[in-house]
Amino acid sequence: MSDVAVHEADHGTHGHTTTTGLSNNKVAMWLFLGSECLLFGGLISTYMLYRGRVSEGPRPGNVFDIPFTSVSSFILLMSSLTMVLAVSAAQNRDDRGTTLWLTVTALLGATFVGGQVYEFTAMYNEGLGFTTSLFGSSFYALTGFHGVHVTVGIIMLMSLVGIIKRSTIPGDKAEVVELIGLYWHFVDVIWIIIFTLVYLIPA
Amino acid sequence: MTAATETHSEHDHSHDDHAQHGMSNAGYIRIALILAAMTALEVSTYYVDFGALFMPVLIILMVVKFFIVVSYFMHLKFDNKLFSFCFYAGLFLAVMVYVIALATFKFFAA
Amino acid sequence: MAIIERPATAGGVEIAPPATPSRAQGGFKRPVSTTGWKSWLFTVDHKKLGIMYGVMAMFFFIVGGIEAVLIRLQLAAPEGKVLSASVYNQMFTMHATTMVFLFVMPMAAAFANYFIPLQIGARDVAFPRMNAFGFWCVLGGGIFINLSWFLGGAADGGWFMYAPNSGPIFSPSHGVDFWTLGLQITGIASLTGAINLIVTVLNMRAPGMSLMKMPVFTWLQLVVQFLLLFAVPVITVALFLLSFQRNFGATFFDVSAGADPLLWQHLFWIFGHPEVYILILPSFGIISEVLPVFAKKPLFGYPFVVFSGAAIGFVGWGVWAHHMFASGLGPVSVAVFSISTMAIAIPTGVKIVNWTLTLWGGKLRFTAAMHFAIGLIVLFTIGGLSGVTHSVAPSDTQQTDTYYIVAHFHYVLFGGAVFGLFSGFYYWWPKMFGKTLNEKLGKANFWMMVIGMNMTFGPMHILGLQGQPRRMYQWTEARAGEGFFNLAFWNQIASIGSIILAVGVLLFIINVVKTARSKELAPLDPWDSRTLEWMTSSPPKEHNFDVIPTVHHLDEFFHRKYQQDPVTHEYKQIATAEEILADQEAHADKHIHMPSPSYWPIVLAATLPIITTGVIYSIPVAIVGGIFLVLAMFGWALEPSTAPETDFDPPAAGESTKELAPLV
Ligand code: HEM
Ligand SMILES: [Cu+2]
Repeated sequence: MSDVAVHEADHGTHGHTTTTGLSNNKVAMWLFLGSECLLFGGLISTYMLYRGRVSEGPRPGNVFDIPFTSVSSFILLMSSLTMVLAVSAAQNRDDRGTTLWLTVTALLGATFVGGQVYEFTAMYNEGLGFTTSLFGSSFYALTGFHGVHVTVGIIMLMSLVGIIKRSTIPGDKAEVVELIGLYWHFVDVIWIIIFTLVYLIPA
Repeated sequence: MTAATETHSEHDHSHDDHAQHGMSNAGYIRIALILAAMTALEVSTYYVDFGALFMPVLIILMVVKFFIVVSYFMHLKFDNKLFSFCFYAGLFLAVMVYVIALATFKFFAA
Repeated sequence: MAIIERPATAGGVEIAPPATPSRAQGGFKRPVSTTGWKSWLFTVDHKKLGIMYGVMAMFFFIVGGIEAVLIRLQLAAPEGKVLSASVYNQMFTMHATTMVFLFVMPMAAAFANYFIPLQIGARDVAFPRMNAFGFWCVLGGGIFINLSWFLGGAADGGWFMYAPNSGPIFSPSHGVDFWTLGLQITGIASLTGAINLIVTVLNMRAPGMSLMKMPVFTWLQLVVQFLLLFAVPVITVALFLLSFQRNFGATFFDVSAGADPLLWQHLFWIFGHPEVYILILPSFGIISEVLPVFAKKPLFGYPFVVFSGAAIGFVGWGVWAHHMFASGLGPVSVAVFSISTMAIAIPTGVKIVNWTLTLWGGKLRFTAAMHFAIGLIVLFTIGGLSGVTHSVAPSDTQQTDTYYIVAHFHYVLFGGAVFGLFSGFYYWWPKMFGKTLNEKLGKANFWMMVIGMNMTFGPMHILGLQGQPRRMYQWTEARAGEGFFNLAFWNQIASIGSIILAVGVLLFIINVVKTARSKELAPLDPWDSRTLEWMTSSPPKEHNFDVIPTVHHLDEFFHRKYQQDPVTHEYKQIATAEEILADQEAHADKHIHMPSPSYWPIVLAATLPIITTGVIYSIPVAIVGGIFLVLAMFGWALEPSTAPETDFDPPAAGESTKELAPLV
């Protein structure tokens, strides 16, 4: 959805200014993120309600590998830094800096998703499938949704790198970079919550 | 998209004053270091026994990290209040309805 | 946004310099037709989309109406044989689903799309392609849900689809799957639509139009869009969990696996109660436009109406568990939700007071639109009062799941939401189509609907209090009881009422056909209206306004027509609508930028039913659909928003291409 918003018209923004003086795209992105709070809130609540309901298979404490997840959480957190550096480069019209930091961000994101795939595989091998227990279902639903969000973010970052590289005219991509940045940070803050509520606080 | 940005470069100046009220890259790195330190503290609860402080520390760290990223990396602190409204309205409703719903399941009881 | 520069009026010819040349990165060339079916299929014009929403909603209104009449036929006589028990379950489920998601919501979206840009003095919405995408999603989702009738049976768990009825044991057909996935698709439309309209209202107002100078319809629609923005993701979560349960073997609502089916109820009603305001507030907005016009007075207490609307929008988030009083929530929760529910009646009451005081002392003109508006006030009040009786939990435990509830929500939804929409039809028809609906037929339409609706839903209060359960597929003579309150009599009255109601709706359709055939054109300002949408031609030009108006007042158009005498304080007419329009045309903007049509919205929306079909029948199909989805998103994103002329399809022979041909 979000890249729909990103590239949609700056209709109304140019030629004359908007009523509030704010960019249509940016207001739209913030509205979308506000809406996403209720999406993730629902998934997190479902997990909180069901995390202790294990009729079969492993319990949360048995499958989580806290040191491993701490590292991948840290990687995602640092990708927020590189993202913000990309935005800052884009605002300085530094195309090289922008593509560099965007690529680094995408790589960090990919590392995180790779870690998640590894984690899911390990858990599956320990006997926690999607349908094993309510804990399993709600855990995979929540972290899976988050993982999909990260993946979409990576695709957007890579596409943006491609577009910036291909376009012959250098300069102002700042807003698009900023919008994707907002999305990326949002996905990161959701993980900050998941990391604490799901991993660090035992059921 | 590209074509749009190309033809309308006369409006670029609007983005310049935009960059002003952000932060310097050094500032961002400092924030990231703080976040990293907080994460380290969070993870340490796994190794060190915090006793009764365990939950409060984790929850407070989580909330503070959340707001640091939102305020500084996402610029909400410096940006127009309307953006804050859009986002915090959603966040507030989410926390409210889901906490109440969990409360009706006696989730917070003992 | 594309630049199709062209003279706004035939007078000043001014052709744009070519835009920066660029390749058609979006994959397709741009469609170009301005007439014929292609101009509708690929349009991004908010007015065309508004009409398309309206036509679709009307179609589903008829479908839902037929379902309703079948339900009443089944219950007209003891041991009804019209429908089997299983088809009966499908019938009431699909009736409610259709009416709520495929009629009232899209019809409200039709008015929102058409009139918000006009009321705020804009030329289109903020994201025109996203707007088109939303329409195609609702249409696709609506058709998808209804396909289940032909593919093994429709959903049959009731519109709130409680567990365990929604599970595979009690609902083994694919009906619930179609329902769940179809609603996901319409939900995407609600979300994109909400974002689009909020940005439009916040950012595209004409100069001078501060928030407190905005027409009330636009205001209440803004509240509705915020409700949608935050309520839709909640039902999205619920529907995902249900899909995972039904299609992928999870057990989120399965008691035997240790789950809590109340989780579904919470998620559904956290969405569901805001949803009822999503259904009613647009109609509140419509009559808040209609009443002042036909009372020739400004709306009484405009700020109160606006703020109570916002208050409803907020408090509406804290009452959802009043739908769950009988589910064993525990005494504290019941008390809290009972009190909050009583509280929400207050801002609703404020509105009723404001409307009544708007009428007070006004020079009332009883047009068809006015009839429906007053009908709303009266009927909605009845429904509101029965609502307050449900807010008292001990009383509700007697009423819940009886026909008393059915009576309540039909008074608020039919007497409220639907009457408001009809008021809007009669009021805005001349604006949308340049012809006025027949007033005589309109009033007949109104009286048939009032009589029919009171006959149908009034007796349901009695039926409910006598203990007739909701969703009961047959009643028997033996248990109908005797005397004035016997179930048999009132069931028959209700069934007869439903036929009268159907005739009322039929009169409306006849009226539409008659009006379409008639040659008589409506005057420019038939009702002596007050707001900006009337300050342009009827139907409006493609670019809405020749000049974007500068706003100085609430009810700007009224203040351009009338001026207050400083001594007598009476309003004197200083200009007619025709003069104002002529003045605008004389000063028309030379360059008008209108968004270009696009193939992508319909293409992107079409991938969604492919994916959902795949989820039900074959995962590879879903994956293929997903690939198309991603490709379509890239196409969409890469389509240059500034379209150079080389980016357009050449016109086919004989096609009108107003936009590209120089107008000389
Ligand atoms: C004065 C304001 C209102 C109050 C106090 C109120 C109260 C209630 C309560 C307590 C219930 C649950 C009854 C039960 O199931 O036992 C209910 C049901 C319902 N209400 Fe209202 N209501 C109000 C206004 C509205 C409005 C404005 C609408 C829609 C336009 C609406 C639509 C519904 C519907 C559809 C249901 C039935 C849901 C179902 O079970 O399928 N209500 N109302
Ligand atoms: Cu309710």
